[in-house]
Amino acid sequence: MSIVDTGTGTPEVRLNIFEPPRFFEAFLRGRRAEEIPDLVSRICGICPVAYQVSSLNAFEGLFGVEVDEQVRRLRRILYYGEWIESHALHVFMLAAPDFVGVPDAVAMVERNPGVVKEALSLKRFGNDVMSAIGGREIHPVSLKIGGVHRAPSKEALSSLLPELDRLRGSVGNLVAFVSSLQKPSLERESTLVCLHDPARYAIDCGEISSNSGPCVPPSSFEESFEEYQVSYSNALHSRTKGGGSYMVGPLARFSLNFEQLNPVARAMARDMGLKPPLKDPFQSILVRVLEIVHALEETAGEVREYEEPPRPSTPYKPKAGVCHGVSEAPRGILYHSYAVNARGQVERAKIVPPTAQNQSRMEDDIRLLVPQIMESDANGARRLGEMAVRNYDPCISCATHFLRLDIQKALA
Amino acid sequence: MAKPRLGVFKFSSCDGCQLSILDAEEELLALLDKVELGDFLEASSASTGPPYDIALVEGSISTPEEAERIVRIRKESKTLVAIGACATSGGLQALRNWSILGLFESAVYPEPEVARAMEKALPVSDFATVDFELRGCPVSKAQLLQSLASVLRGAKPRLSTSSVCFECKRAGNACVLVAGGTPCLGPVTASGCGALCPSWSRGCYGCFGPSDDANLDSYTSWLTAHGIDRQTIALLLKGANSRSPEFRKWIEEND
Repeated sequence: MSIVDTGTGTPEVRLNIFEPPRFFEAFLRGRRAEEIPDLVSRICGICPVAYQVSSLNAFEGLFGVEVDEQVRRLRRILYYGEWIESHALHVFMLAAPDFVGVPDAVAMVERNPGVVKEALSLKRFGNDVMSAIGGREIHPVSLKIGGVHRAPSKEALSSLLPELDRLRGSVGNLVAFVSSLQKPSLERESTLVCLHDPARYAIDCGEISSNSGPCVPPSSFEESFEEYQVSYSNALHSRTKGGGSYMVGPLARFSLNFEQLNPVARAMARDMGLKPPLKDPFQSILVRVLEIVHALEETAGEVREYEEPPRPSTPYKPKAGVCHGVSEAPRGILYHSYAVNARGQVERAKIVPPTAQNQSRMEDDIRLLVPQIMESDANGARRLGEMAVRNYDPCISCATHFLRLDIQKALA
Repeated sequence: MAKPRLGVFKFSSCDGCQLSILDAEEELLALLDKVELGDFLEASSASTGPPYDIALVEGSISTPEEAERIVRIRKESKTLVAIGACATSGGLQALRNWSILGLFESAVYPEPEVARAMEKALPVSDFATVDFELRGCPVSKAQLLQSLASVLRGAKPRLSTSSVCFECKRAGNACVLVAGGTPCLGPVTASGCGALCPSWSRGCYGCFGPSDDANLDSYTSWLTAHGIDRQTIALLLKGANSRSPEFRKWIEEND
């Protein structure tokens, strides 16, 4: 990251993402629609289900496939598993050590042994959910256009319940721990964007909603937002059409869909004094832990209501057209669009990950923190910069412990 | 005695293979107790830097900077283990090696000249001597832990080199290919996943790359004789391991 004091009062902030380009949108061309969910999951090992579900939503919409209600439930449970795993990884292994002031979760064990052990159980449980429905936790294999390759038995899913119910009982301790962490603060206005699903706190599908405009269908995404390239980074940035940066992810979801959050999580939010809309990105760690509670509670309900579907998938015929699919990845909206020909092959693919959408917003946040960064010593500055970026849980290697801070003062 | 120093390094990849280390929740703290973390950005901001006793390398080499960095890490490491399909054969992003980079760049970037990538995404072994390879997209957590345990004891890891079919038979699955007519790469793919896909009623798509005894010509002529066309076979092989020698040869000769 570089901060250049231009002497004009507005410092220039550049987050140089060194993530090498992998050209997914290019090599997806010519592939069959049925192959896409397995291919796109490889974009991110931390949120593969999000990639699979957004692509399925796109193709199933185009091909007019009615997916069985119980199969949808399976996909949602799988997705909750990914939220639990990904949020637990972020909150307890990446972000909390920052706030505690230690380098990693291992170092946290000495001070908070119970917390680390329980957080690992939580993460383990998220992985177990993913394995029970997807076959494995990283790049699951069970999802396909029209449904799933094989639906697990009621018994197999129910075997998750004892540990699930235990975690629902104990997660309050983890919430209390996260709530007690000392956090920096940064109150600022921001355009918040997330999905809205009338049926639930949006996760597997929905329309695109924002605090600055009406709800629009996924097909209007590219009319509302655009990607642009910057010279200093391999990751494309995003902005609202005609506007500036915007923010996707937990803070947006909490702010816009609070009433749909599970009542247990909502009550905990009230106890923490959190109410929508949230304006401080440093509070996103709190929302993530509340979303873990939400996901645990929703999973408990969904698993109990699950019945094995009459058939695992609905047959379909590919057809030509342009399609769009969205879902709420742990880090925010994940948008996919494909042009498909009559043979069911992809002719054009566009994928806009949440981290790309948040990038400009991260730079804006750091710009606002510059006075504090400039006042800190080198270590403090680096730590604050890392924390400001980590608020967005970017799913790239710089998600983690990365920052080389380059502060350039203006030449007199 | 000083603990062996472990470095975990990411190149062009999805992070999934190094996440497998963090996914070993029960074993994680025990493992981290046995080593000193020299460098593992995904897990810790503490970093001792080189030299490393064990370097786990995830990802393919696909930019000039990465090519320099892997050579440096090799020099700094006693044992270098390539983990996952990207590191061992180039991974999915090596699908660009079948095309022309410029076309790919302009498909993704409005100003393609700014994105800096090499013509091809390549396995680690094209740049540095690799002591040991762990296959898979992602790697198997069990194979990863087993190999680390061996290396920590000074032994060379030994993994099964048989095909997925052996694991599948042991799992008691009905054959998805013979009984269900579903194209499956199990007979020519290395084991390690526990015959995951056939156990989930679908064909293997080759995450672990070719098995040692893979006979692509013989197997694919059986497939075509049973009504599975060459294009379907080529697409199956053009996955995460399309540049592994056996898969690559078949694609070059037949696609």
